[in-house]
Amino acid sequence: MVSEAPAAVTMAAQQWSVWYGTVQALKSVTLDIRSREILGVIGPANSGKTSFLRSLNRMNDMNPAFRYEGKIALDRQDIYRELDGQTVRRRVGIVFALPLPLPMSIRENILYGPRLRGERNRARLEELVERSLKAASLWEEVRDRLDSSAMKLSGGQQQRLCIARTLAMEPDVVLFDEPCSGLDPISTAKVEETMVQLKAHYTLVLVTNNTKQAARVSDRVAFFLMGELIELGSTEVMFTAPRDRRTNDYITGRFG
Amino acid sequence: MWQRWRERFIEKTIAASGMFSIIVVILIFLFLLKEGLALFRTVPMTDFLGGDRWYPISEPPRFGVLPLILGSCVVTLGAIVLAVPVSIASALFISEIAAGWAKDALKTGIELLAAIPSVVLGFLGMAVLAPWIKYLFQLPTGLTALTGSIILALMAMPTIVSITEDALAAVPRGYREAALALGATRWQMMSRVLLPAARPGILAAVMLGIGRVIGETMAVMMVTGNAAVIPRSVLQPVRTMTATIAAEMGEAVRGSDHYFALFAIGIVLFAISFLLNAAADLFLHQERH
Amino acid sequence: MARPAWQRALGVQRVAFVLLFLSTLLIVIPAVAIIGTITVRGMGAVSWEFLTTMPTKGMRAGGIFPAIVGTLELVSLTVVFALPIGIATAIYLTEYATDNWLTRLVRLAIVNLSGVPSVVYGLFGLGLFVMFLGFGTSLLAGALTLAIMILPVIITASEEALRSVPKSFREISLSLGASHWQTVRHAVLPFAIPGIMTGTILGIGRAAGETAPILFTVAAFYLPRLPDSIFDQAMALPYHLYVISTQIPNIPASQRYGTAFVLLVLVLSLNLAAVILRARFRRRRQW
Repeated sequence: MVSEAPAAVTMAAQQWSVWYGTVQALKSVTLDIRSREILGVIGPANSGKTSFLRSLNRMNDMNPAFRYEGKIALDRQDIYRELDGQTVRRRVGIVFALPLPLPMSIRENILYGPRLRGERNRARLEELVERSLKAASLWEEVRDRLDSSAMKLSGGQQQRLCIARTLAMEPDVVLFDEPCSGLDPISTAKVEETMVQLKAHYTLVLVTNNTKQAARVSDRVAFFLMGELIELGSTEVMFTAPRDRRTNDYITGRFG
Repeated sequence: MWQRWRERFIEKTIAASGMFSIIVVILIFLFLLKEGLALFRTVPMTDFLGGDRWYPISEPPRFGVLPLILGSCVVTLGAIVLAVPVSIASALFISEIAAGWAKDALKTGIELLAAIPSVVLGFLGMAVLAPWIKYLFQLPTGLTALTGSIILALMAMPTIVSITEDALAAVPRGYREAALALGATRWQMMSRVLLPAARPGILAAVMLGIGRVIGETMAVMMVTGNAAVIPRSVLQPVRTMTATIAAEMGEAVRGSDHYFALFAIGIVLFAISFLLNAAADLFLHQERH
Repeated sequence: MARPAWQRALGVQRVAFVLLFLSTLLIVIPAVAIIGTITVRGMGAVSWEFLTTMPTKGMRAGGIFPAIVGTLELVSLTVVFALPIGIATAIYLTEYATDNWLTRLVRLAIVNLSGVPSVVYGLFGLGLFVMFLGFGTSLLAGALTLAIMILPVIITASEEALRSVPKSFREISLSLGASHWQTVRHAVLPFAIPGIMTGTILGIGRAAGETAPILFTVAAFYLPRLPDSIFDQAMALPYHLYVISTQIPNIPASQRYGTAFVLLVLVLSLNLAAVILRARFRRRRQW
């Protein structure tokens, strides 16, 4: 994506709390996400890590029981008060846990976002397909069959297609929600490799159940437990000398 | 910006279309009331609801709707008595016993029956069934309440079967397995566990079957003989509310009492179907909770 | 359980199952017999001439061409009115409506529309379209009446089709920066089309076979020509069958069976088309 890549941006949550109905999912989380880093988010089930991720691009809006307090900023703009959901989602892309292409061709999957944004220029769309697929390390495998159904790809290929699809929107930030939970080790390695390459141009947030994965790819790691941010630090510190005992317990596999 | 406006317009249009059904129900109700209530400017409501003579074109005309209501009731009751046991039995057979190829064939057969237009059933009722009835019971005419009941039973059965099947399918598997594990035969499981558990759904099926039958028009008009008298036996001609509207609206002078009286019958029919559907809906919701 | 008691229970079960089976036959056999009778006796009456010529001699001879054309025009017009509103209502209910009193009212209205007797639709069409709006007995008035009648069928089928599209499609689309409407339009509706078409065809089948709603709104007793416009009266197959079965004595039975056969073939083939479409769609579906 090279020369014209946008200057990656930062995000920040301030005393961010979330409720679904009467259940509180996040309790006053304050946390910053730096430009061109991979922030790993770890924690056991129901720790609030996915709720946090979905707060970052307003994917919770569709849930009628969703309520929030606090503030999340994208380059200093409050995404819940100063921007609308659609704009936020165009700038902050997400890759879901399961590889879920839409039942269309590979090309149409990639162009879904750009077309709806109003891009009509054929040459530019073609270029976008190639560029996104290359960035997601899928181009060589599918360049000859861009018009065949995306459902025919393998699980790992489908997940990289989903990454390419997100990149085609040219977002500033990319969120990953346990992107390898359905994949075999080889596909997982490919996806991880892709993420590390993307770091050069994007700001990335990776939610994962796999602490080893967080250790492999993240620059910094945040540990969530029961809706609270327990600890945030560089990967090295978190995995070698965590300050909080609960972090240590989780990382060494005593619960979760 | 233009895009925003366009979408907002589309979404408003969709929401408005959503309201269309409500508006139509209200309109139907209003138009029936507007035309039907006009009758009661000249004819007292007690004469209409309580009168036992329907002579709309004699002088003076009589608009007693009782024979028509009773006609509808007799034909409907007959049809339901014929249709309900058979339908529940075959729903049981199709959902619990039949399998594979046979199941599909039987289901298709029943769907076919549901698809046959009522005027075709009425035609065959006249051409084939009525002569049989006439011969079998040695009657002056084969166009009787019974003939109507049989044809209507055929129309009600697919409705009752398919809704009963849904109700049976909705019974949790655990019920079946528990009953069988306690040493019940499959039939004991079906009759003592399955049917009671599916009761609300079956009641809804019967309600909707009654609704289908009481509102049916063409077949009934063609095979029941259309005599507007209070029925004393199922082997005599009767006339239903629906048939009266269909048969007489063509000749009724627009704006006459006769015309208004037919709309008044429409109100009665609309009210009955409203109540039946509300009851069925209630049963179906009760089942869900 | 004691052995004799168990044996007896099994005996009861055997008798019960036989009775259940016979009950099922009691429904299926008449269905087959009815279709068989109409086919056997009607097929002989149908010829190219029967299908393409005007009725003559007070409908006692000749063909049923205007009734066929009338029915086709009537159902086409019906679909044009019912489909957009039906789909829009289904979209409203599945994609936009929240669970409030208004939504419940819409659902109640649809349930009731599906239960209104067909002859009452006829009365309504007469009161509103023919008289109040002054369309007269015409294709237009009849098609509007039939459209309202089949609306619940189309709404219910479309709703089911829309709901069967996985929730994840909507999430994906939104996550790719689509607006709510773009999501419905591009990530939901295209995948619901086969289901919507199935429901629509079933609705058409129902409209093509109904007589009571068109009795006072569109049908011409005897009109040996084609309608000029949507404001003209028209003949229709089901009404024609009713007329020649009850109002006209001394008609050769072949005329009646022939008409019944043509109507039955039309309606059943629409139903068959819906069944095939549904089966093919289920087999091809990729999610």
